[in-house]
Amino acid sequence: MTGPADTADPILQVRDLHARYGARHILRGVDFEVRRGEIMVILGTSGCGKSTLLKNIIRLYRPTAGSVELLGHDMVALEEEELEPVLRGIGVTYQHGALINSLTVAENVALPLEMHTTMSPSLRRQVAAVKLRQVGLEGAEDRYPRELSGGMQKRAAVARAIVMDPAIIFCDEPSAGLDPVTSAGLDRLLITLNETLGMTIVVVTHELSSIRRIADRVTYLEKGRAVFVGTVNEARASGIEEVERFFSMGSAL
Amino acid sequence: MPEKTATGPVVEVTFRDGILTLAGPFIAATAGTVEQAWARSVRGGAVSMIDGSGVMALDTSGALLIQRMAGGTAQLRGFSVEATRLLESLAGRAAGDVHNAVARAAGGRGEGRIAGALIRLADRFLHFLRGLEEVAVLGVDVVWWSVVGLFRRGQYRGGTFTDQAIHMGSSALPIVATILFLIGAISVLQSASTLRTYGASIFVIDMLAIGLARELAPLMTGIVVAGRSGSAIASEIATMKFTEELDALRTMGLNPIRFVVVPKLWAMAVGLPLLSFMGLVFGLLGGFIVAGTYMQLPLNTMVNRLLVSLLAWDIVTGLIKSLSFAVMITIIGTWRGMTFTGGADGVGRATTSSVVTSIFGMIVVDSIWGLIFYL
Repeated sequence: MTGPADTADPILQVRDLHARYGARHILRGVDFEVRRGEIMVILGTSGCGKSTLLKNIIRLYRPTAGSVELLGHDMVALEEEELEPVLRGIGVTYQHGALINSLTVAENVALPLEMHTTMSPSLRRQVAAVKLRQVGLEGAEDRYPRELSGGMQKRAAVARAIVMDPAIIFCDEPSAGLDPVTSAGLDRLLITLNETLGMTIVVVTHELSSIRRIADRVTYLEKGRAVFVGTVNEARASGIEEVERFFSMGSAL
Repeated sequence: MPEKTATGPVVEVTFRDGILTLAGPFIAATAGTVEQAWARSVRGGAVSMIDGSGVMALDTSGALLIQRMAGGTAQLRGFSVEATRLLESLAGRAAGDVHNAVARAAGGRGEGRIAGALIRLADRFLHFLRGLEEVAVLGVDVVWWSVVGLFRRGQYRGGTFTDQAIHMGSSALPIVATILFLIGAISVLQSASTLRTYGASIFVIDMLAIGLARELAPLMTGIVVAGRSGSAIASEIATMKFTEELDALRTMGLNPIRFVVVPKLWAMAVGLPLLSFMGLVFGLLGGFIVAGTYMQLPLNTMVNRLLVSLLAWDIVTGLIKSLSFAVMITIIGTWRGMTFTGGADGVGRATTSSVVTSIFGMIVVDSIWGLIFYL
């Protein structure tokens, strides 16, 4: 896979980010940036703060200290009401899909359109159908989330995340709980979105095979810090013990 | 001394001249017996050596127990090669664990019972205050968005209010009607003989009408709805939090309170007073039937008495109470749902506590209203 040009401007800049919950200091000064048009994987062993980092970037939690600049907005300083318009410009998928259970798949996908635009219902439905086709779920429009398999739910969640054509999407553990084949299919979907729509994608995962397939660059989190930022090849020769050990796991098989 | 364990095999723990001699299987099944035998035989004496030549079987529990007996100082002799390997593999860890356990036990004792109880009590109280604060903040938020939502229709999905109102209101009607019908009938039945003694039978209608309109209809309806809909709100919101649906809404730029809670609040605010009024009607019906048959009061006398005794104000106070219960049940259900922690068991706990808290809160609020309307 070809990496994006190094001169590309950062779409997301995280500087010295700290997050503390009571006595637990989970993020201890994270620094990294994501360039426009790349697939960045945030990885690390379980409990290193990957998901916390993601939630602090998109302001589900407010960071204790540090700065997050996303699409030119200072995410830490934004007030609640200023935050909503910014969030509409990004897409997020969650570990378990997080589709709204009382709505059909098409209604889920069209929800952001329904809430944030004055689009007619028929156009909404058409947009939703196109997005569902992009993720390979045509025909599932009128089914409910509980009637879909885990992999299909995640695809539907991706469709919902991209329905407003955001410049950047965040995926929290897209391959969690999926078999290798389904997981590879989801990875292909992310690559396609990245290549055809030029979407910047930030993925949180620890699935090595998935990382190898999709990552332009990786950010390795260890004990609440980003100890390495760079390509997978650079990671293998980074000279950082934990990072090299992580990437040598798969090749030993 | 040989010790018979519950399961049969014999373990021996003998202590003489600083040497502890062990024999038999030292496994999880015998560990309890061994612990007691050890305490009896050693009695605080110093163990300098443990002889394990008679140990027939050893598992992790047994090995840890032997580590404890050794206390990090006694020498081990006579153990088989496998047993020694197991003991050595646990050596570092076991010593640390024993140390920690002892330190914890000492710390617990040092604090003192009364001080500990006071601290726990204070902690409880602070916890309660924090809860009140959370409910207040959330309540303001919910009510604010409910009112604002009337004027700004953005972020509202058509049909959600209707769905909620049907679910919450009309499907609760059969049970509310039945309960109040029975309550009306029973309260007339119970007071019939007393009133008859004083020749005041007709006043059973006053009692029935005022009691139902002011107290029983709103309160019983509130309790039924807290059990049906308050719990449903808590479990739905807790589940949405667990499956990250609330997070997903937020990152779609949607306010979960507006999207999820506001339609429920409106459904409750409209539905509960209506239900309560229907409850009043059915309660009167039940009371009238008993008064007409058992007490043999003529229908037109009862109706005339009802028109005299039941003032519009009585009905209005009942509706005001119902409205306040509706708001309270919704906010408490939402609060319990949003502050839930853990997994599936957490959802269950949130549901249960929402009902208990709602019923408790309703009775407190009911008393306050009673006082206000009485003054």
